[in-house]
Amino acid sequence: MSKVASMRDAVAELVRDGDTVAIEGFTHLICFAAGHEIIRQRRRDLTLARMTPDVVYDQMIGAGVARKLIFSWMGNPGVGNLHAVRRRIEKADPAPLEIEEYSHFGMVCRYMAGAANLPFFPIRSYDESDIPKVNPNIRSMVSPYEDATEIHVVPPLKPDVAIVHAQRADAGGDAQIWGLLGCQKEAAFAAERVIVVCEELVEESVIRADPNRTVIPGVIVDAVVEEPFACHPSFTQGYYDRDNAFYLAWDEIARDAASLDAWLDEWVYGLANHAEYVEKMGAQLWDALRPEPAMSGEVDYGRYA
Amino acid sequence: MSGDAGPAADLGYSRSEIMIAASARQLDRVRNCFVGVGLPNIVCNLAQRTVSPDLQLVYESGVFGARPERLPLSIGDPTLVTGATAVTSMFELFAYYLQAGLIDVAFLGAAQIDRYGNINTTVIGDYDHPKVRLPGSGGACEIAIHAKRILVIMRQAQRSFVETLDFRTSPGHSGDPAHDAARGWSGSGPTDVVTDLATYTFDDATGEMTLVTLHPGVGLDEVRANMGWEPRVAEDLGETPAPTAEELRLIREVLDPGRIYTK
Repeated sequence: MSKVASMRDAVAELVRDGDTVAIEGFTHLICFAAGHEIIRQRRRDLTLARMTPDVVYDQMIGAGVARKLIFSWMGNPGVGNLHAVRRRIEKADPAPLEIEEYSHFGMVCRYMAGAANLPFFPIRSYDESDIPKVNPNIRSMVSPYEDATEIHVVPPLKPDVAIVHAQRADAGGDAQIWGLLGCQKEAAFAAERVIVVCEELVEESVIRADPNRTVIPGVIVDAVVEEPFACHPSFTQGYYDRDNAFYLAWDEIARDAASLDAWLDEWVYGLANHAEYVEKMGAQLWDALRPEPAMSGEVDYGRYA
Repeated sequence: MSGDAGPAADLGYSRSEIMIAASARQLDRVRNCFVGVGLPNIVCNLAQRTVSPDLQLVYESGVFGARPERLPLSIGDPTLVTGATAVTSMFELFAYYLQAGLIDVAFLGAAQIDRYGNINTTVIGDYDHPKVRLPGSGGACEIAIHAKRILVIMRQAQRSFVETLDFRTSPGHSGDPAHDAARGWSGSGPTDVVTDLATYTFDDATGEMTLVTLHPGVGLDEVRANMGWEPRVAEDLGETPAPTAEELRLIREVLDPGRIYTK
């Protein structure tokens, strides 16, 4: 069954006001196009979850879609701060932003518990850290086994919607990813609804020819969106590099609420969809970001008829 | 960048460059090193090309044994993936590599550090009404307790070397060695701090940061003026060896030709 949809329809149908939304990706495969569509459709009161809120969450939070942020590290990676997020946390400007913070491993294990239908996940983190003092959801327990180790636990995180980008997927939503995997698999399995966005829609036979590379099976996917360059200015391994100039430029744009709004007007509200964004950025940029090929070796799965 | 790397042009290298070179030498014959954002990136890439060719660069983004062809722009740069020994999920990286005790050395940076090597990367001011909201822990609070050794690399200033942290993100030593020994962590906490002015170790008996070398051209007064407590000074206080010509060549021509980290 085909689950192929446009980004507009997928977001309209699957992302609702008040939802907990995770657009995951650890520097890699961050689906900016989905974030832009959520802004364009003016969703409100979202709780945004992600290990590493970066520029797309700064854009979304600057645009006013969210009331709360769940995270483990926030910043413009390799550049500096998220100015729109900081304005809201430090000055409640233009509105306060509720936060709930963990460590990286804590966030991973929250998704893990959500994906595996566990009531909590034990981790050897947070000892003598102040983080549990400001986050009552991080608790501790004594192991019921002989060693009686005292250990911290984190609760499951089950987003209403996870949005995950992949290099390729078939029409049923079976998605293959290579390069940095982040915690997309865990977030997708933990979520109630899943949108897979891909650079290329491929035949099911392409997926079946290399099943070890399938990270997300279509059975948990609600919609598949083919959207080339959807991760810009983030990167897609083997397809395009990080556009570092954009990350640097964003540091200036977001310093001031008015210039952030002007950027959103020009690049989000003023465009109908991501295809227009790609065209407006210009072919020269996409050529410049394309890496030289470095093919993987092939493996022989064998045929067992 | 916080702080001022300061003029040291007459020495033929900058204070950032000696900080990087001195940090890289800390990795002599180290095997598995967890690399952090920013300066540790260039330090570890320098060490791999000098004192520790077998160094396995481990990135929390899920890369073990990176062989980057360019200086990574972040800890999640695609150049870390191509040619690496292994790319793992983040669960695997944190659970099997870090939490299980495979990491020999890890770098941490800090917005604030205290005399026992406790680190704040969360907030300046009150948590609920922060003056400055910082990035948060990331993996730091777990790296701090699981990596066998922690190296801290950061520029030195009154506002960052503080008597009392505003928030303890990642624990260092407690000041009570008996307590520290009973923690049962796989890591031994911070062992060295390298700044743009000096290098420090931690005293075995007290866990207190101890000044061991001054960089050439730096006096004790300048170190004192840039920290929030009276530092403990080693009896045999020495001088940090200057960067070698080869270290400077690698930093300037290979690792950071755009002078992003070493201006």
